[in-house]
Amino acid sequence: MHELRIHGRGGQGAVLASAILADALVEEGRHVMAIPAFGFERRGAPVVAFLRFDDKPIRRLTNIYKPGIVVVIDPTVGRSVDVFAGTPAGTTLIQATSKKAEDLVLPGHLSGVAVCDAVHIALDIFRRPITNTIMLGAFAKATGMVSVESLIKALEHTDFRDAGLRQNIEAVQRGFAETTVRQLDGVAAA
Amino acid sequence: MSQTVVIDGNEAAAWGAALSRPDMVAVYPITPQSSLVEYLAKFIADGRMDADLMDVEGEHSVLSVLHGACLAGARTYSATSAQGLAYMFEPYFRTPGLRLPMVVSLVNRDSVSPTCVWGGQQDAMTVKEVGWIHMFCETQQEICDTIPIAYKVAEHPEVMLPVNVNHDGNYLSYGVAKVDLPDQAVVDAFLGEKSINWHACLDPERPMAVDPLTGGATGAGPATFVRYRKGLCGGMRAALDVIVEAHAEWGRKTGRHWSPLIEEYRMEDAEVALVTIGSMSGAAKDAVDEARLDGRRLGLVKIKTFRPFPVMQMARALAKVRAVGVVDRAVNFGWNCGPVFQEVLAALYHLPVRVPAMSFIGGLAGADITVEHFAQAIERTLRLAAGETAVEPVWLNEND
Repeated sequence: MHELRIHGRGGQGAVLASAILADALVEEGRHVMAIPAFGFERRGAPVVAFLRFDDKPIRRLTNIYKPGIVVVIDPTVGRSVDVFAGTPAGTTLIQATSKKAEDLVLPGHLSGVAVCDAVHIALDIFRRPITNTIMLGAFAKATGMVSVESLIKALEHTDFRDAGLRQNIEAVQRGFAETTVRQLDGVAAA
Repeated sequence: MSQTVVIDGNEAAAWGAALSRPDMVAVYPITPQSSLVEYLAKFIADGRMDADLMDVEGEHSVLSVLHGACLAGARTYSATSAQGLAYMFEPYFRTPGLRLPMVVSLVNRDSVSPTCVWGGQQDAMTVKEVGWIHMFCETQQEICDTIPIAYKVAEHPEVMLPVNVNHDGNYLSYGVAKVDLPDQAVVDAFLGEKSINWHACLDPERPMAVDPLTGGATGAGPATFVRYRKGLCGGMRAALDVIVEAHAEWGRKTGRHWSPLIEEYRMEDAEVALVTIGSMSGAAKDAVDEARLDGRRLGLVKIKTFRPFPVMQMARALAKVRAVGVVDRAVNFGWNCGPVFQEVLAALYHLPVRVPAMSFIGGLAGADITVEHFAQAIERTLRLAAGETAVEPVWLNEND
């Protein structure tokens, strides 16, 4: 079972991203359970969404405390919350940032980091820093666990409040194309 | 053709309602139910659902509007949570006495004060003696499937009672999973021709009074009132069999078989059992499996139907265990325990032997009940089986 945690800020669509990714994973025959963490809802406040997926049915409807994959769709939310909390050895980080992977200061237990200048891409496509679907493209590139084609199918099932389908398809494609992946020394515990 | 979608529990409830073809839906939004009624409004706006939607000024009006519609023979639906249910209470109390076969989703939320807008079952547990049937769902799929089943039960001539289909706020209302939407033709065939409120349908050609003044100390009043009350109890008792039949027929038509009253999980040779209700049950089953790997003979009984309470089914399920741990998502203040725990104790009285039981309370106000919490509950219940007493409830999230 894979466990994923998405960090963002209220209004960026972290929760919607987890639902879109869940849909795409079902498209590929996986079982999914996506749960938004909840708290005091307001724009700009740190937001967390959880997603687990597996080849077998998933029964537990609980939050995720030890995610092996962390997707951070906001470049600055890591200053407000510990995005590495609970992460085991071998965790993969997928980070929205304008920095290069080798310039990030990272804990030693990560096995990989992927970076994507998602805000820059979002301003190009949406004229606003809405990074969620871009970072789904980054997730596909970094993990290989879902295809861009399945993500696009999931986008077609989604009602977008703020932007159109065509823009979000472009967002996923550019997120995939413009993500760089770097292997690190951390290894998963046996 | 059925359709596979990836949706949250509120959308699954909206689909379950839409597929049941209600004539009238009345709504007032409240967290964590709001998106459910927004989906209904969208289905109606998109032409996917042919119902009148009344967006009224509060929950008291929601249920009052639906009383009128139901008395005129309409199939009706609504949904609410906690404080909305509190504001709905006056017509809510009236509904089962009128024998109105409504279905209303309760998106379970803890109740104020202190202020909280997140999941908990205090709302449903507070209204357990009003005369509504209560069913609790474990998964998004079960929500979607249970709403048509609830109409079948509510409208059955031997039952004629309103049904609350409960699903936990947050974890189920917003939790996303794969759901197979049943084909409309299958649901239509399952529900059959609408025959709602045949017993008291308002008809200008056939005027009649409903909700008569009864009771008092003399005359026909007291006996009339007793007849109404006994009738309601009779409808509740009849509902047990009807619920079983309706679930069985749903299984035959859709291929999905849900346990109608209680689900027994790994109980065949269990020495110790957990009792759970609602969305917590999946994590509890995972914890039971882990305990089994450690050689512990654990089992689990999940409650689907809470009202009417399946007393004898519960007693039989627990007859052979040496201890029971009941996990509640609400508080019984008067007994210093969980409300489901108190119900299970009453069922255990029907057994010739005394089975020790203890109360666990968790998941209040949105708190998570994890597999680790259930593992703690299992360890504590094993100690109960070994002779350690339990006089206080264990509050699972006390040290989170």
